[in-house]
Amino acid sequence: MLCRTASDLYWLSRDVERAENIARLVDLTQRISLLPERLDPGKSSTTAWSRGLDALGQLEAYNERYDQIQVDQVLNWLILNPDNPSSIRNCLFMGRELGRAQRGAITAEMYQELNTSWLELEEAVDGATSSDEVTRFLEWVKTRSAAFRGVTIGTMGRDEGYHFLALGTAVERADNTVRLLDIKYAQAEESDGNSRDFIQYYQWSAMLQAMSAFETYRKTYRDAVNPLHVSEMMIFQQDMPHSLAVCTQSLHRILGILADEPRTEAVRQAGALAASLSYGRMQDVVEQGIKVFLDDFMLRLERLTQAIVDQFMTSTDTGSIVGEDAGLQTGTMVS
Amino acid sequence: MSESPSFDEMYDAQGKVRDHYACFAEWMHDTRDARIAQKRKQAEISFHRVGITFAVYGEESGGERLIPFDIAPRIIPAGEWKVLEAGLIQRVRALNMFLHDIYHERRILEYGVIPESMVLRNAQYRPQMVGIDLPNEIYAHIAGIDIVRAGEGEYYVLEDNLRVPSGVSYMLENRKMMMRLFPELFAAQAVAPVEHYPALLLETLQSVGPDGLDAPVVAVMTPGSYNSAYFEHAFLAQQMGVELVEGPDLFVRDQTVYMRTTRGPRRVHVIYRRIDDDFLDPNVFRADSVLGVPGLFSAVAAGRVTLANTFGTGVADDKSIYPYVPEMIRFYLSEDPILLNVPTYRLRMEDDRRYVLEHLDELVVKEAQGAGGYGMLIGPTASKSEIEAFRQQILAEPERYIAQPTLSLSTCPTFVESGVAPRHVDLRPYVLSGSETMVVPGGLTRVALREGSLVVNSSQGGGTKDTWVLES
Repeated sequence: MLCRTASDLYWLSRDVERAENIARLVDLTQRISLLPERLDPGKSSTTAWSRGLDALGQLEAYNERYDQIQVDQVLNWLILNPDNPSSIRNCLFMGRELGRAQRGAITAEMYQELNTSWLELEEAVDGATSSDEVTRFLEWVKTRSAAFRGVTIGTMGRDEGYHFLALGTAVERADNTVRLLDIKYAQAEESDGNSRDFIQYYQWSAMLQAMSAFETYRKTYRDAVNPLHVSEMMIFQQDMPHSLAVCTQSLHRILGILADEPRTEAVRQAGALAASLSYGRMQDVVEQGIKVFLDDFMLRLERLTQAIVDQFMTSTDTGSIVGEDAGLQTGTMVS
Repeated sequence: MSESPSFDEMYDAQGKVRDHYACFAEWMHDTRDARIAQKRKQAEISFHRVGITFAVYGEESGGERLIPFDIAPRIIPAGEWKVLEAGLIQRVRALNMFLHDIYHERRILEYGVIPESMVLRNAQYRPQMVGIDLPNEIYAHIAGIDIVRAGEGEYYVLEDNLRVPSGVSYMLENRKMMMRLFPELFAAQAVAPVEHYPALLLETLQSVGPDGLDAPVVAVMTPGSYNSAYFEHAFLAQQMGVELVEGPDLFVRDQTVYMRTTRGPRRVHVIYRRIDDDFLDPNVFRADSVLGVPGLFSAVAAGRVTLANTFGTGVADDKSIYPYVPEMIRFYLSEDPILLNVPTYRLRMEDDRRYVLEHLDELVVKEAQGAGGYGMLIGPTASKSEIEAFRQQILAEPERYIAQPTLSLSTCPTFVESGVAPRHVDLRPYVLSGSETMVVPGGLTRVALREGSLVVNSSQGGGTKDTWVLES
């Protein structure tokens, strides 16, 4: 497969996954912001939205453009704004453009899903930046993403292209999960002790719901929602599609298929990362400090993605010109 | 509207349905208008979804348009197709022999059949190709021959397209759409299949690989996803199961072409390119091209890669060479041409020029090197001032122009806003040349959707139809 094709497919699935993850995060923020203020004195709904922006790495960019946090403005920025490269609109646009460029490498039905998302966006987005209509729109985004994933699984041959798509999904998911955890722990430090448990309960369970993980949690822990347990699940759980353990294990497995050599740098890094999550324990993470653990994971994920790009998506070969042509080339350069 | 009624594909002069349209006429009579309208709507939505669109020049990225698709098919009876097929194969064989000849012995010039300067000074002639031997001596592996019908059994070749003819994806997608919308029509009569075109194309390309290779690696080369025909490039690559490459995906080392793949360099043996000559190799042609591959020409010259179509085919489809094609057929094949040429006046010749200038209001005048329906005068529909302006252009540079009588292109019933009405059509069948020369039974029928218009080009508001060749 061409390096360019591999890269396009990898980014295509990252864009599709990202649109979905943004939708999930907006959903989460929406739920938190609707908590009655008396339960969280001094924290208005704008706090929730500014945390949401922060989790997506968008707070700075937003503040550069707007004076204050306003729900409809935040929603516009995250969903629609063309100046935000990671707005849902741009993710759907990029996904469709990459799909169009690579329509020979994916199935016709996959392209149809990407194209349909883009063509229907205008209609679906109508009113989406108001908080009473946004949920309907977020559902639509999640459904579109699921449709693409379903058609991919159902129609695409398990060739190299399929694996690069899966690779993009796994990277984007791991990135999203670690960001969500990170933001929760960053804000835990500002806790003031008053009625925190109650707030925490709502916030963490909203997160589980946004990740469609609430049912899994209930089955696994059978307790009230406990931050440590949620974190353990998001990091180590073996049957939670968004957990870091599952994402890194898929990365390792896929890279093993893609690489000719088992000792390839990308495979080695993915293997080490997957092993640390397969055999790690929550109590060690707590001892080490959750924040430290998350920072270290983000760094290793970043290094791994760079290794993937170097290994599969970069070609440094240059042509060599012999005989007559060489003369011609010099000729043109001189004249 | 032209005064003399055009030949209609479906109805004879008395308004009676022709035999080969009987089946369709019956279906149209039995089918409720509402159902047809609903199916037309379905077709449009579906073409949008599938993304069978072409980019429009000058619009921002994402500016895409559908080529209007008309559901009334253009039907060709089996007997007429037999003649067309033989004529097309004969013509393309002669054109390939001509190309081989002018880049080797130049016998046709020596015998004075075509004036030497018309070939050697033609802007499309590539002196770099002289003496280079190609597999099977084939230059134009894929040819799109534009044909119009003026009367009963009267088919004329309007133009040969031997560079990078496009449109074949519409032939395939239109058929797919028709079968999906109206399966009952295909159950009622035997329409020759066209779906195997990609398989034949791959077979053709593999048959012209560099010597001694069992399974040469084929790639389709595109200028990129913003090209107006990108859909077709991707479609053909996918249908053939080969890589779709852009210039930067390739590099040439030791006169050998490689693709940059996830597992390192991989050799390419046959390139089906959809980029013009000028942009293919900045070392030899346009130095500012970023679409091409430096050294590609040297690899072709060394016989290490086959380019389809190869460099320098444009000289054979140039409008100034077109009048000589019947002579080529006689010269190389010692056969009489089966398909007619449209009579053509060459304005560099004094007698022809005098006649043309006196009859500008009856003739079509074209630039010898124009394409896409631009830069032409259609006498009968032009205003006096347009005719005068063109007269001055001709007097200034007569050698740039040719003129032809206004053919009354045949019409075909077409769905328009006011119902069903006759609209002018042409036909582009695709001829493949490798170890043998063949034609898929069908082609792209283009239709001029404006009443009375003779311009079928999609860039100027033309639409397409499915083309049926009946098997009996």
